[in-house]
Amino acid sequence: MRNSFKLLTFLLIYSFGINFSFSADKIEYLQTDWSFKGLFGKFDRSALQRGYQVYTEVCSSCHSMKYLSYRNLAEKGGPEFSEAQAKAIAASFDVTDGPNSDGDMFTRPGKLSDKFVMPYANVKAAQAANGGAYPPDMSVLVKARKGGVDYIYSLLQGYEDPPIGITLDDGVYYNKFMYGNKIKMSNPLSDGIVEYVDGTNATIEQMSKDVTTFLMWAAEPHLESRHKMGFKAILYLIILTILVYFSMKKIWSRIETKV
Amino acid sequence: MSEKKTKRRDFLFTATYAVGAVGVGATIWPMIDQMNPDASVKALASTEVDVSSMSPGKTITVLWRGKPVFIRRRTPDEISEAKAVKMEELKHPEKDEDRAKNPEWLVMLGVCTHLGCVPLDQKGDYNGWFCPCHGSHYDISGRIRKGPAPTNMEIPKYEFVSANTIKIG
Amino acid sequence: MSDHNYTPSSKFGKWFNDRLPLLSLANHLTDYPTPKNLNYWWTFGGILTFCLITQIVTGLVLAMHYIAHADMAFDSVEHIMRDVNYGWLIRYIHANGASMFFLAVYIHIFRSLFYGSYKAPREIIWIIGIIIYLLMMAAAFMGYVLPWGQMSFWGATVITNLFSAIPLVGEGIVTWLWGGYSVDNPTLTRFFTLHYLIPFLILGLVVLHIWALHVPGNNNPVGIDIQKPSKDTVPFHPYIVIKDGFALLMFMIVFAFFVFYTPNILGHADNYIEADPLVTPAHIVPEWYLLPFYAILRSVPDKLLGVVAMLSAIFILAALPWLDTSKIRSAVFRPLYRQFYWILVADVLILGYVGAMPAEGLYLLVARVATAYYFIHFLIILPVLGYKEKTLPVPLSITEPVLGGSPNLAGARIKSKKDLKI
Repeated sequence: MRNSFKLLTFLLIYSFGINFSFSADKIEYLQTDWSFKGLFGKFDRSALQRGYQVYTEVCSSCHSMKYLSYRNLAEKGGPEFSEAQAKAIAASFDVTDGPNSDGDMFTRPGKLSDKFVMPYANVKAAQAANGGAYPPDMSVLVKARKGGVDYIYSLLQGYEDPPIGITLDDGVYYNKFMYGNKIKMSNPLSDGIVEYVDGTNATIEQMSKDVTTFLMWAAEPHLESRHKMGFKAILYLIILTILVYFSMKKIWSRIETKV
Repeated sequence: MSEKKTKRRDFLFTATYAVGAVGVGATIWPMIDQMNPDASVKALASTEVDVSSMSPGKTITVLWRGKPVFIRRRTPDEISEAKAVKMEELKHPEKDEDRAKNPEWLVMLGVCTHLGCVPLDQKGDYNGWFCPCHGSHYDISGRIRKGPAPTNMEIPKYEFVSANTIKIG
Repeated sequence: MSDHNYTPSSKFGKWFNDRLPLLSLANHLTDYPTPKNLNYWWTFGGILTFCLITQIVTGLVLAMHYIAHADMAFDSVEHIMRDVNYGWLIRYIHANGASMFFLAVYIHIFRSLFYGSYKAPREIIWIIGIIIYLLMMAAAFMGYVLPWGQMSFWGATVITNLFSAIPLVGEGIVTWLWGGYSVDNPTLTRFFTLHYLIPFLILGLVVLHIWALHVPGNNNPVGIDIQKPSKDTVPFHPYIVIKDGFALLMFMIVFAFFVFYTPNILGHADNYIEADPLVTPAHIVPEWYLLPFYAILRSVPDKLLGVVAMLSAIFILAALPWLDTSKIRSAVFRPLYRQFYWILVADVLILGYVGAMPAEGLYLLVARVATAYYFIHFLIILPVLGYKEKTLPVPLSITEPVLGGSPNLAGARIKSKKDLKI
């Protein structure tokens, strides 16, 4: 007992030590209250729908989202557009299909089963159009960045004039949350750049939060069922553990030794 | 040991076993369900086919959900032949009107109902389809007439979205 | 062992058992006399069996959807995460399962170090265990390559390049491992094949591990040889089964928490970026369970010697039964060894910590000292300690914890009794 106590104390100090040293050079990100955090965290549907609007109207001109399909927009746990809305969204995009019986590619209105249409045909084309920088695919972007949602949320609001002494090349911008502070994406958001369908005031902060929520869902579409299932699973395990504990006590009571 | 105490112990063990069994079942289900069609497969439900260039007496085969679909534009002779068949003669009685809403067009899954081979067009004893695997003969309405297949070839869900376009699924 | 005279009660059972003694085996396993004073540190053997089976089952399922091709691997993982029914659950169990597996194996190894379970007559069990541990590291490394993210790709590049340290043939070996001039599709497909194979090798070795265990029987916290069966033992079923089950459930609660609430915390964000041979991530670090060895590798300034040091750190464990010269097994009766044991635990944790930090300045210095101490512990302290240490009196049996009745020894008894319940 005493040894395990020693061990626990040590491990505690150890993990605090790790935390401390990791946070030593960590940038303080902007904080906001994310509805999807915590044991019962869920997405805010209207934020997801607004976030999708920001994505399509602002981000999607450069950033692809190649792992998402239009059907996802109507799926449970996501923005939950109605099926008709999702169909209409899909149909508003031109999708290249084919080859047809003549061997030619053709375009047709999108269907629910289609993947999100990409802004560029391939990575090279994307680089060529963006001064050599590839606008990363956004499907799993939140999970692909240290700091996750807080980082993306902060980055979108982190554009500033460079401090004196820092000169920026053409097509390079200053962002206080970017790693190295230099970013090749110009400030994408400005107040009112999007006119929200639901009438929400489109401030930079609001749009950053909405689009980041949308990206979180895009990266982790099963987050809600994961949280729900996790709660049930752990509750179940605790109940079974208690039952097994008392069974064990019963069984070991047949002999004198304590468990 | 009183009887009461024994009973309680039995109840404890039974409860533990029962709760444990529920957990095992709940754990196994995802491992089984993962082999069912996934979300992307389920989404690929429909195919549209342009049939404007088909003349009567022609059959085309298109792929839908990984399976062949036969689309035949039937001649007037074939239609009357299909309609003339008496129900008593059929192993799996179905009226031709029920199989081809527009009698000129027969749209059916080109899969033999015996063991899943693709029957050959315009072969067999009934002027329809013939499955080379085990010798099932189908008539011009795709109904089984002779051989081991138990039922007629299946008609998928389809509709004419325009005069020349059939949407399957 | 008690199964020598086992005869099944039913006629069919006897007929079957005469031809294939499965029932005798089952009887041996259920009746297997186990020391009754085993504490919870002994439950990790069962937990590890659970981990292995979980990894094999979930891995099998993932392999039904995964595509081992450089152009499609990343996409197929996303397909599993998004579209496959419960795919996200199965993948997160598999990914976090690897970490849980290592967590359990480290506890298992350190339990063995504390109670001297590697000593005669259990050297073979120990050596099989070390081989299993090596194979686990190989499987974990190759498994981490399969999603074909940035960490996969660069981890594979760095680790395979270790072989280039071998004089003369090194470069040739690396090219051979890659099947090309860089980590690419041929590398991925062969890693997938081996990743699929290794767990079954481990499974076979686990059978040998348990077989070798059942010959001398379990060690125990007191570390003495016991009569089997006797009043010091209990049958494996139901006593140990239910206790292992209870510990396993506690373990599963921790496991479930990772899977459902922080499934990516033990991974690296960079691995959600598809592999790019043109860009190396800023910080390349292996998974947490390999960090101590990574620290040893980096603490040696010479390429070849670094690799040698890292491998020695693992292989030295195989020689442990002969490096530890003490006749007493359990650290409970070895006051000095106990102190050094905890220093070693701290040393390995420190190595793990500096392994995650950049190899520069103070971190590098600490890594070097810790590396040196690691080897000193095994090569100098342990052999010397066996001769110099004044050990406490060891009881004759578990039920009679102490030799005689002198006042001094009574003091020792109280102390050791406490420690038995660590």
